[in-house]
Amino acid sequence: MFSMAMRPTDILKITPQGLYCAPGDFYVDPIRPVPRALITHGHADHARAGHGKVLATQETLAIMAARYGENFAGETQAANLRERMTIGDTAVSFHPAGHVFGSAQIAIEAGGTRIVASGDYKRAPDPTCLPFEVVPCDVFITEATFGLPVFRFGDTRDEIAKLLASLKLFPDRAHLVGAYSLGKAQRVVALIREAGYDRTIYMHGAMERLMTFYIERGMALGPLQKVAAAERGKLAGEIILCPPSALKDLWSRHFPDPVAAFASGWMRTKARARQKGIELPLVISDHADWTGLCQTITETGAGEIWVTHGQEDALVHWCQTQGLKAKPLHMIGYGDEGDVSEVEETLGHGLAGEAAA
Amino acid sequence: MNGFAALIDRLAYEPRRNGKLALMEAYFRDTPDPERGFALAAMTGSLKFANAKSGLIRALMAERIDPVLFDISYDYVGDLSETVALLWKPRGEAAERIDTPLADIVEALTNMRKLDLPGHLARWLDALDETGRWALLKLITGGLRIGVSARLAKTAVANLGGLEANAVEQVWHGLKPPYLDLFAWVEGRGPMPEANDPAPFRPVMLAHPLEDSEIARLDPSEFVAEWKWDGIRVQAVSGRATNGERVTRLYSRTGEDISTAFPDLVDTIDFDCAIDGELLVMREGRVESFNILQQRLNRKSVSPKLLLEYPAHIRAYDIIADGGEADVRTLPFEERRQRLGALLETHPRARIDLSPLVPFESFEDLQALRASPSGEDSEAIEGCMLKRRDSPYVPGRPKGFWFKWKRDPLIVDCVLMYGQRGHGKRSSFYSDFTFGVWRAKAGSNEEELVPVGKAYFGFTDEELIELDRYVRKAAGQRFGPVKEVALGRTADGRPVGLVLEIAFEGLQRSTRHKSGVAMRFPRISRIRWDKPADEADRIDALERLLSPTLLEPAEADP
Repeated sequence: MFSMAMRPTDILKITPQGLYCAPGDFYVDPIRPVPRALITHGHADHARAGHGKVLATQETLAIMAARYGENFAGETQAANLRERMTIGDTAVSFHPAGHVFGSAQIAIEAGGTRIVASGDYKRAPDPTCLPFEVVPCDVFITEATFGLPVFRFGDTRDEIAKLLASLKLFPDRAHLVGAYSLGKAQRVVALIREAGYDRTIYMHGAMERLMTFYIERGMALGPLQKVAAAERGKLAGEIILCPPSALKDLWSRHFPDPVAAFASGWMRTKARARQKGIELPLVISDHADWTGLCQTITETGAGEIWVTHGQEDALVHWCQTQGLKAKPLHMIGYGDEGDVSEVEETLGHGLAGEAAA
Repeated sequence: MNGFAALIDRLAYEPRRNGKLALMEAYFRDTPDPERGFALAAMTGSLKFANAKSGLIRALMAERIDPVLFDISYDYVGDLSETVALLWKPRGEAAERIDTPLADIVEALTNMRKLDLPGHLARWLDALDETGRWALLKLITGGLRIGVSARLAKTAVANLGGLEANAVEQVWHGLKPPYLDLFAWVEGRGPMPEANDPAPFRPVMLAHPLEDSEIARLDPSEFVAEWKWDGIRVQAVSGRATNGERVTRLYSRTGEDISTAFPDLVDTIDFDCAIDGELLVMREGRVESFNILQQRLNRKSVSPKLLLEYPAHIRAYDIIADGGEADVRTLPFEERRQRLGALLETHPRARIDLSPLVPFESFEDLQALRASPSGEDSEAIEGCMLKRRDSPYVPGRPKGFWFKWKRDPLIVDCVLMYGQRGHGKRSSFYSDFTFGVWRAKAGSNEEELVPVGKAYFGFTDEELIELDRYVRKAAGQRFGPVKEVALGRTADGRPVGLVLEIAFEGLQRSTRHKSGVAMRFPRISRIRWDKPADEADRIDALERLLSPTLLEPAEADP
């Protein structure tokens, strides 16, 4: 059969529902219900309920079921990592993205052109998920959540050391650690355990379900306990994990003189931390930092880079200085860590509802 | 340097006074001399480096990063020191990086030639982690801005030895970084340092607000009254050093040395004294309002033009030391006042005068005078002071000697427009409130609210809980920490909102505010749960107050 090499924009284009692949008739991480969705990972701004058919990794499907209930989609199919599947006129495969448990990049090939939609990813080690794998491609779609050279993240162990030092200095204050419920919270617990802290770690009720989900899948997280309302006043000198939005919630008032900590890449800049009223910023991110973004773009060998959600300008500029074709995609509806709860509130589902329960 | 950097980094995030004190105490306890002494010097603003300017730092950075990426980053971060600290990529091997002690950095910066600075700075930046880089850049460009006053840092030192902050204050101005003798003394390893400063700061005496309920219990014959001038409280001290040289200093009421901003005053005080008074701007024999005085405040240096246009003046209240050595603080107020008068008669200076006493028979008389002070300077009068004739000069805020009796504030009824979350203990509360008044909407018959100010005090803890609940329940969008309080409508179309009675001390025109006016010291004096939103004031009510002939206090709504 004769076919001309397809242009990348013939394979994927932006629609109000999200990225659409015409030759395969599917969407990637659509923000509204669609007949067929391929989903990179379980964060609520990428994985939404109500699609006809969903193709995602087994882990991501399980996360969606835990969040939205078993009937979150009409039909589901599990994608095995690195296995080629044919959908319409395309070949599709899933590859580890290193972002959270089950997260994957999606490679789409059509007419001799390969595009990798990486979703969210990071290059830093994370005990709670598989590491990122480089997939050579012609077009690489990268996130740019932390797409500024000021975002270079250090060793997460140093951040945990700051938390433990603060506990020692303020033994009469409860240490509330804001962390996103899926992925970040489990990673923070795992890092705290690595640092040798073996006391019970308390958690907000909204975290219990996903924490149990990880434990059932074999993560060793040590003693964890849900905070009972009556107990809050007694938790001086303890670590309490909660969704970021709960730091500002009425819920946080009942702890003894709480220290507000927040585990997020945004904590890298002081203005951002102060604006959120954080006293103890912990720079721990599920996203690639500037170095990770630049390294990954180079390693994929892609000649064309599409930059989506985040600080596109600086990354597009950098790509161009490297002789790469680059453009911002200006996609809407994707949050970033820390702000995700606000995104979810406006959409009216997801964790905000859980936090209130 | 890294230890100091970690301290100021943590201080910058810590909103609570006690939290700040705990952090500083732990640092001073665990850090050896002379490092901790230089840290204390940095936090008390006692270090100044002439050659380090932000232009130099930008130039260093320009060699290391694409200018477009720098600009986008600086734009995002908003602070030069922090941007550079985050962007800087150390050169050389990590193992070769040595943490330079703060003491060495201070010494080098003090003695270095301007030409040598860039090279040294680059090496230090290479050796530090990013918090260290941020702290170093903040330190050398002046202004740590970490929410720690000199007074608080001294309090932390005093706490090391269970001393009062005033004890440290007493000896402070005779001391020099790195304060080895000070630390030795507070830790009980050495004698009290001699306060041999010819022009030391002595902690000031402050007044209590006079409560209405107290007036009946006071005997008017035991008190004298004087005006409370609306300037800044200062202490002017002059004496001779052992080498015969005259030393004159002007201190703020917290003991910050503000002499460099007021050379016009320092020059005029050329006789031994320690005077407590109010710093004002006087033009053609008339005291100008606080708004005009503000042109001279918070400046490190001052231009000849400002000196000419805003001449500074001291209106003297009290005398602390008379003729150099003699401490007169234990004498009764009346006697000190006589000595003050005599001193100013012996050394008449155009820029210093005596604050006049206000004769009165009864508190009713005084209240009438206070409500409408007459004379040219009446706009600069905040109220009156009552001082016991026999009161000694006691540092701090002792009970029963001095009372301040402010004029009734101006009052306006506003509508709540936005709530903003507070900090520290208030971080889970909407505790900063923006309010507005009505004005005609351009091109329509409708009325709209225009914001006129923001207040975060004046209410009780119980009221705060109610206000917080109101903001949370209200419809309206959220912008980060700010929540809009959208107006509702009744069935017949009247606006539904919360009326706040706002008290404030004065009003000035402002081009920065949408409404064109800015309030001084606005606070929420009452929450008018009962009052319909459309009965709140209109902008005209405020604009009328801008006219100087109408500065009488507005009547509160009954």
